[in-house]
Amino acid sequence: MKGTYDKAFENVVRLRVMSILMVNEQFDFNSFKELLEVTDGNLASHLRNLENAGYLLVSKSFVGRKPMTNYSATIEGKKAFEAHLAFLEILINENKT
Amino acid sequence: MRKPEQELAEIKSMMERSTRFLSLSGLAGVLAGIFAMLAAAFAYYWIYFPGVPYGLHSAAIEDLNALYNLLILAFLTLIMSVGTTLILSQRKSKRKAQTLWTPASRRFVEALFLPVLVGGIFCLAIMIKGHVLYIAPVTLIFYGLGLINAAHFTLGDIKYLGFCQLGLGIIAAFFPEFGLLIWTLGFGVMHIVYGTLMHLKYDR
Repeated sequence: MKGTYDKAFENVVRLRVMSILMVNEQFDFNSFKELLEVTDGNLASHLRNLENAGYLLVSKSFVGRKPMTNYSATIEGKKAFEAHLAFLEILINENKT
Repeated sequence: MRKPEQELAEIKSMMERSTRFLSLSGLAGVLAGIFAMLAAAFAYYWIYFPGVPYGLHSAAIEDLNALYNLLILAFLTLIMSVGTTLILSQRKSKRKAQTLWTPASRRFVEALFLPVLVGGIFCLAIMIKGHVLYIAPVTLIFYGLGLINAAHFTLGDIKYLGFCQLGLGIIAAFFPEFGLLIWTLGFGVMHIVYGTLMHLKYDR
């Protein structure tokens, strides 16, 4: 089977984070928070989880005096996400027949 | 585990919402169209009145006062249109419990306003050099390009509005003596039609 069900994307917040990073070069912490409507702690723990899996790259910078944490998907992360998508597709096709 | 269809829908919605500025208000388009028509009426009054609103034989166009008036009018129209768009889009995003200022809306604004800004400066140059009749085609063309450029970052339908403005701009470039009329058609009528369609399609 081509696709694999990725445990990292089992959680809906992590799935959403990865979906966003597939179509955005980078995305910052606060924008994630607003779009996903999750608490700081919750979001941070999911982001760390994805980072530990090697799916995310974190870059910290300052905008004026405000710290800004930007996230981007690694090649590994994108591959994992595509495999996950392929898995979903296979599932859907199987259910149809 | 969630249903795969549901999961795919989730992914798609996140991709859309993170890249596209979906709170653009249709009603704001209608208002912008009305402002443009009012501005065009003023311009007609200053340039052509009491004659017909087209043609090349207008003495008033060399009149510096009329030019200053036109510049101020153009700025006012722009500020009012952008202002109402901001307010109405803010309202729409609040209603949908979203924020207005997101990476997506930022990209939309950048994509739209770079061509518009360049067009504006170009217009200023044209005005200074005395080719006032070419303001209509230039504003239409650059605005059209801006809309097409920005269509990736908002409801994709806006690119049809862009193509209309672009087409009208090119026609106006070949028939500059009809510039004001074509400009009114583009910035006035087209905005109202587009805004109404978008309002009916997405805002209700």
